[in-house]
Amino acid sequence: MESQEIVTEFLLESSENLAKLDQDMVELERQPANRDLLASVFRTIHTIKGTCGFLGFDRLSALTHVMEDILAQLRDGRRMLDADLTTMLLESVDGTRRMLASIEAGQGEGPVFEHALIARLEMVRDGKTAIAPVARGSAAIADAGPPPEAGPAQASAPATGRTGATADSTLRVDIGLLDRLMNLVGELVLTRNQLVQHNAGREDSALNAISQRLNLITSELQEAVMKTRMQPIGVVWNKLPRLVRDLATTLKKQIAIETDGAETELDRTIIEAIKDPLTHIVRNSCDHGIEGPADRVAQGKTGQGHLTLRAWHQGGQVNIEIADDGAGIDPARVKAKALERRLITEEQAARMSPREAVNLVFLPGFSTAQAVTSISGRGVGMDVVRTHIERIGGTVDLASQPGHGTTVRVRIPLTLAIIPGLVVQAGGERFVIPQVNLHELIQTAEGGTEIEFAHSAAVLRRRNALLPLADLCEVLGLAPARRPGEASVVVLQADQHCFGLIVDSICDSEEIVVKPLGNQLKPLNCYAGATIMGDGRIALILDVAGLAQRTRMMDAAARAVRAAGSAAVDTADARRGLLLLFQAGSERLAVPLGRVARLEKIAASAVEHACGRPVAQYRNRILPLLELPQADTGGREEDVLSVVVFRSAAGEFGLIVDEITDIVNESVVDAVGSDRFGLLGSAIIGGRVTDVVDVDSLAETAAWASSGALARLGEALSASGETARCEVLQ
Amino acid sequence: MTAADRRDESVQYATFEVGGHYLGIPVLQVQEVLREQYLTPVPLAPRVISGLINLRGQIVPALEMRTLLQLPERAEPEGTLSVVLRTEVGLVSLQVDEIGDVLEIEGAAVEASPANLEPHIRRLLSGVCRIGSRLLLVLDIHNAVDLTAAYGLSGSELN
Repeated sequence: MESQEIVTEFLLESSENLAKLDQDMVELERQPANRDLLASVFRTIHTIKGTCGFLGFDRLSALTHVMEDILAQLRDGRRMLDADLTTMLLESVDGTRRMLASIEAGQGEGPVFEHALIARLEMVRDGKTAIAPVARGSAAIADAGPPPEAGPAQASAPATGRTGATADSTLRVDIGLLDRLMNLVGELVLTRNQLVQHNAGREDSALNAISQRLNLITSELQEAVMKTRMQPIGVVWNKLPRLVRDLATTLKKQIAIETDGAETELDRTIIEAIKDPLTHIVRNSCDHGIEGPADRVAQGKTGQGHLTLRAWHQGGQVNIEIADDGAGIDPARVKAKALERRLITEEQAARMSPREAVNLVFLPGFSTAQAVTSISGRGVGMDVVRTHIERIGGTVDLASQPGHGTTVRVRIPLTLAIIPGLVVQAGGERFVIPQVNLHELIQTAEGGTEIEFAHSAAVLRRRNALLPLADLCEVLGLAPARRPGEASVVVLQADQHCFGLIVDSICDSEEIVVKPLGNQLKPLNCYAGATIMGDGRIALILDVAGLAQRTRMMDAAARAVRAAGSAAVDTADARRGLLLLFQAGSERLAVPLGRVARLEKIAASAVEHACGRPVAQYRNRILPLLELPQADTGGREEDVLSVVVFRSAAGEFGLIVDEITDIVNESVVDAVGSDRFGLLGSAIIGGRVTDVVDVDSLAETAAWASSGALARLGEALSASGETARCEVLQ
Repeated sequence: MTAADRRDESVQYATFEVGGHYLGIPVLQVQEVLREQYLTPVPLAPRVISGLINLRGQIVPALEMRTLLQLPERAEPEGTLSVVLRTEVGLVSLQVDEIGDVLEIEGAAVEASPANLEPHIRRLLSGVCRIGSRLLLVLDIHNAVDLTAAYGLSGSELN
């Protein structure tokens, strides 16, 4: 006999085929003319016959041979299938099954040879018996002779328990059931946590022992259930060689694909989620990465390009690497493109490392392809890949060596059901922030250097840029439960934008079981789900992107804040509709950001006086400084003044304020006019009454003198060869 | 199901009290009744969602029947009962004051809601039925758990 492995394989395959055969036969009886069904049945029997002949199971071979003959007659139209013949054939299928069971039990083809069955089949085949009597005869023979079932049945009965495993060792299970199982295990884990927590302070040794055991069993069960949901990544990869082949043909390239680690297992939800991004990356590599054979040979490479996929486990995560040996990505070209598309500033471009530069391809609205091809470059680019991967808590990174190829590395968690998260507290409630969105944590305290803290904090000066802040309590309409001035800031990243979230306190980071929120809460985009904490209470998981949207920290706003913080504000477009909010004395004020030239910090000691008015020197120019008269400035003691610089027809001027609080994209609700100096009126902005500054009237006040006076002054001073304005100031 | 069919069938109703009103739900849709569950508030959610219940690991939104029926708020939240229903949008809990008997009512006994009922309340009922000296309001669960209107109405409040 051949090696046991082949036999096992044969048994497994045959038992699957036989199960299908039962169905097919029944179906065939209903539609005897269905040639496809007939062919399928014929093939199955033929396969079994062929294999058992090869493995030396002669008697089984004899049985299937007769079956095949009869099926051939049916196929050739020499006989019509009727109920009796179907019964006969099904009986033969059962006979085959019994023999297989016997083989599996390690007893060869079984002690009882199905003589009677084969003899009857032969008679039917040779047309010696009418079919109708055969059916009756079959019963007679079964009664008369030694019952054919008895032997094998008895023989295989004890065996089923032992090795019946082969046929039954794999089982198709409904995905829904697995999900339910996972949920229940998650539940058990939580209950276990509660029990262990409850037990911690007790001296009941019996109870402790039980909880210890429960603890172990739960962990093992969790692991086992997680395993049932695992699928090898090969499930996704299997489809790639065909894709690559087709792409290569279309693009007239030669591409070989190699895979390594196809057996690496991942949760099925993740497998599902990475299918599209992986396909997209592979398409990109084939389309943009690997060059045509002529180009490759010209560069001293082989004409055939290589695409290598690797997957491996590392520290509870899965790494997937897609590497090609193509042209690579030119950092300079990427930068130029990003600049052209205004995705980055000149300054940012200059500071960027080549690696950072190539990763710009992940920015929305970026595509280096010169032309839109049928394969990729239809507007959905690498940014979509990144969004998809980040959605499942993964990261994607790109490294490229121009001329030598590109490697995309994707890191994804093993499962989505349990993710690491940071538990924070706001307004007496606990919330969970997925670790993947987390950038850094900042503890603020009274007298903290970089933090500009109005009573509702708004911006944080962090590494030379303004980080917009949102108060979680305020966003969610909760009453903060913290001492004023003391709060924690969680710096979050959603898509491309960083913002700080003020929370009451930061508790701990822990592994949480993610539970979906029902349809009824779907319209609230600020929650990604919920989880159950160790004490059995529910905590909501924050959706950082949704939260950012809600706080209007995204896109134009975030970009404008960054621009305002760094120096010159460039495009007016980005600021349209944005309001700069600031605090002067007890007043909350707003001014359209479009009128603001920049935000400045000026040392109090640098304030000088010219013609009795406060000024500051700025880039060799005089900057008149104004204060709103109603602002209570008596108590101002800071060494550094916050100044909002406006540009008007008469030049620039600065307005001293207490705090820059926020930049918001709010529509103005219900405004009332005012005749107070420097104010246009009041409006409800961001839910609070805010005074709107009249930039034009301030500009008039700031203007030094009438143009006539200025001209005369210029004349008087021009003799000295200096420019008028500079002279006036010195 | 046609109206005629419904008339012939008798349906079992689980009954409960909400702010002095007597309400009924087909008992087959009730999964269980829970006493004094801790409700985790959901900030920004429509007011009718009074919180989330942890039902053996499943997260179930709880709708306050008083809010839904536009009745005055509960004086003391203690003693509230959660009636967990199986609905087409998943499990939903209705927060009620008191639970009553299960009544078997013939389809013919359920009359159309009075025409002078306020439209938004009328929408929540599939009919009314005289039970002794009281009127049982039969809840239309499909409409009761549909919060589209709640989101629409409170759209400006959400911001």
